Amino acid sequence: MSGHSDIVLVDEKGIRIDGRTAEEHRHVKIEAGVLKNADGSAYVEIGKNKVLAAVYGPRECHPRHLQNPTKAIVQCKYNMEAYSVGDRKRPGNDRRSIEISKITAEALENVILTGLFPRASIDVYIEILQANAGTRCAGLTAASVALADAGIPMRDIIPAMAAGKADGHVLLDLNKEEDNYGQADVPLAIVPSTDEIVLLQMDGNMTREEFDRAIEMAIGGCKELYALQKAALKRQYTVDGEEDDSDEQ
Amino acid sequence: MSSEIISEIRRDYIVNLLKEGKRTDGRGVTDIRDIKFEVGLIESADGSAKVSLGETTVIAGVKIIPGTPFPDTPNSGVLTTGAELIPMAHASFESGPPGEDAIELARVVDRGIRESGMIDVSKLCITPGQEVWMCYIDIYVIDYCGNLFDACNLAAVLAIKNAMVPAEQYGKGENYPLPVTCTPISVTAAKIGKDLILDPNFDEEHIASARLTIATDDDGNFRAMQKGGQGSITLDELSSCLDMAVETGIKIRKIIG
Repeated sequence: MSGHSDIVLVDEKGIRIDGRTAEEHRHVKIEAGVLKNADGSAYVEIGKNKVLAAVYGPRECHPRHLQNPTKAIVQCKYNMEAYSVGDRKRPGNDRRSIEISKITAEALENVILTGLFPRASIDVYIEILQANAGTRCAGLTAASVALADAGIPMRDIIPAMAAGKADGHVLLDLNKEEDNYGQADVPLAIVPSTDEIVLLQMDGNMTREEFDRAIEMAIGGCKELYALQKAALKRQYTVDGEEDDSDEQ
Repeated sequence: MSSEIISEIRRDYIVNLLKEGKRTDGRGVTDIRDIKFEVGLIESADGSAKVSLGETTVIAGVKIIPGTPFPDTPNSGVLTTGAELIPMAHASFESGPPGEDAIELARVVDRGIRESGMIDVSKLCITPGQEVWMCYIDIYVIDYCGNLFDACNLAAVLAIKNAMVPAEQYGKGENYPLPVTCTPISVTAAKIGKDLILDPNFDEEHIASARLTIATDDDGNFRAMQKGGQGSITLDELSSCLDMAVETGIKIRKIIG
């Protein structure tokens, strides 16, 4: 959110530098069940973001002092690979990844029926292979599909998408340039069946009107993403010969 | 912060009182606790503030030293915020490197200050491309009784307003006040059952399903937000949190002047 630059991010026709309109999200590709060892997994591309998510569990919780006798705990590790950004990222945990891991786990815990697995841990690993703004949303979107792929009981699948502001326009799903030179970013995740918000962050500068519009747009984006998440799961688990009307976008 | 267990009987008491719109400490649902503050109490710091929000007490100190700018912002000062949950503040806090709670706390406080442009970092350049002022804000929680987000935001904001750039000490000219443009104020709401309350105390915080911290600037625009907790919030609840953040932000700005 550094704010000012000479780059025109939205032209006079309302078209963005990657050719999208304000309300369009980037191209999305979702695949479920991409890894052999993990209990569940998913691969997600949103624009130039490439993200893998894997789920292990429910399994015995380590370290044991974290066990909860009434329900499973959800542990999440969000990790950016060293080559995923322009400059090399120093491997290992940093403060940003710890924060993202925490809020991702909290969002997922909202929909997982953790009460079915006392003392267990459900471990979610998110690896960012390539980053281009919006990796926390792509990671959470992938993690939800991976949890479903692992057969973990959930009350819904969570999609996540950001809206933001660049050149004074409220835009859906900011790309790298819009994120760097724009004025605000609002990552959002919802439970699509109830419209409840399970992840919400914001930084930048927005009036109430702009913020309300951003939330409306992000919810619209989440719902489109939700359809693609379900389609990916159906593709993975449709037996040959069964009707499969789910199309990748 | 999340591991403490509140007894069932205490939980029921809080929830039942809330049904009548009352709270255990006598407040209404949108009342915040008393704010007390003292600035400049640490002489070895370049700026400092001690803030009590009810019984929660935190101290923030600012240290400003010359350093190398980031390559992508060669003419801007650098801002870093840290928070420590030290064992003296609560039995559940352990010594050691910051855990995820402390990291989230520091990053949410940082976001309000950074995104509001409170500190004009363009005025913290010493030699373009080579030397700038690095502004370290360190916040220590010394007594934890709920709502660290708002207490730490207040302490950081007051310490920044109190801070002088120690130019003389480093032979860089005369000392001058840290350039400040506005007062970002964060307001945290917690959700208990279907009720929203502002400035949760310890017990309320630990039975809440979700919280939402919203930082506004002097114009009532939104500068930073963070939802926390495993619970969800509805769109209507989000809307009332936004209204309350603006209204309460105005009240708090009056209190701290």
